[in-house]
Amino acid sequence: MANKHEGQAVSWELRDGVIELALHRDPCNEIGSLTLAELEEFVAALPKMSEDTHALIIYSAMKSGFCAGADLRELYRRSEEMNRVDAVRGVRDYLERIHAVMNALDDAPLTTIAAVHGVTFGGGLELALVCDLIIADKMARFCFPELRLGLIPGFGGIPRLKRDMGNGVVRDLLLTGRSFNAIKAQTAGLVSQVVGEGEALRAARGTAAQLRKFDKATALAAKRFIKPIPREELKQEIEIFCDLFERPAVQAGLRKFVESTDAQPYLP
Amino acid sequence: MKMDSNKTLDDILGLASTHFKVPRERLTPDDDFFKTLGIDSLQALDLLTKLENHFRVELPDYELQGVTDFRTLAERIQARL
Repeated sequence: MANKHEGQAVSWELRDGVIELALHRDPCNEIGSLTLAELEEFVAALPKMSEDTHALIIYSAMKSGFCAGADLRELYRRSEEMNRVDAVRGVRDYLERIHAVMNALDDAPLTTIAAVHGVTFGGGLELALVCDLIIADKMARFCFPELRLGLIPGFGGIPRLKRDMGNGVVRDLLLTGRSFNAIKAQTAGLVSQVVGEGEALRAARGTAAQLRKFDKATALAAKRFIKPIPREELKQEIEIFCDLFERPAVQAGLRKFVESTDAQPYLP
Repeated sequence: MKMDSNKTLDDILGLASTHFKVPRERLTPDDDFFKTLGIDSLQALDLLTKLENHFRVELPDYELQGVTDFRTLAERIQARL
């Protein structure tokens, strides 16, 4: 088994019994077809790698942040090239693939840690939410901005957020589209540790070293007991997303975002 | 005790200067901070986080929609102190 794999959007490496998955697609790790294909490669390799490891750390090598979510420019471009029926079919296929990746990470047979900094928006927040622990740089920000496009989060965000946090916090994030800083996210129960600027990966490595002290099978039993995957709600999410995506308002929202010259285009 | 509004404005200018490495004397209250600091929307989020952490307040993003100068930014923060 290779100890290292370098992709165009994601790379991984085994270090001291820990798998480190780095996101490194410019500008801020937007998840499009390339990243999805490489994440699929990763989750296919994960069962074998997990045999000799006890933890997985997911982090970003990009200065701008952990991940800005789905690649909306690619989504807009592809759906412009198709009629609505084919566009919705394409989106459903994409969502089913990303859900398979997210579920595999959520259910990974080791302890998973997201080490986040900067922008952790939309699909980026959803990727962090599949992890067992989130360690945040104090400059991290968390947000579900999807409603501005006439959509809901589509990578499993609502069911997983609901699994972890009170419904009031979920509604605040979802319905206002506002972003939380790391301290607010920790107060709300989303983040387990807040660390200084540039320290999230180091802190995640320290936490992974602590995890090594425990029996792996026991840790896995505890994880699966406390963190069930909300599979029915995840399926419902795909249906709701596809129903919403059919509406012309969504394509108009995507166009507005892609063509925006506003100084603050991320604002809902 | 509520912070003096001039002190709030001064702190914002100081934080912006330090974080974005722009000399403090080049920043004035009515500057468009996007232009003066040469920042984009994602860097503006960094400034927002810096300000929230410094003043220990929450500033919902939508309250800052259309805000581009330091003075108005200070007013929005002052209203939450």
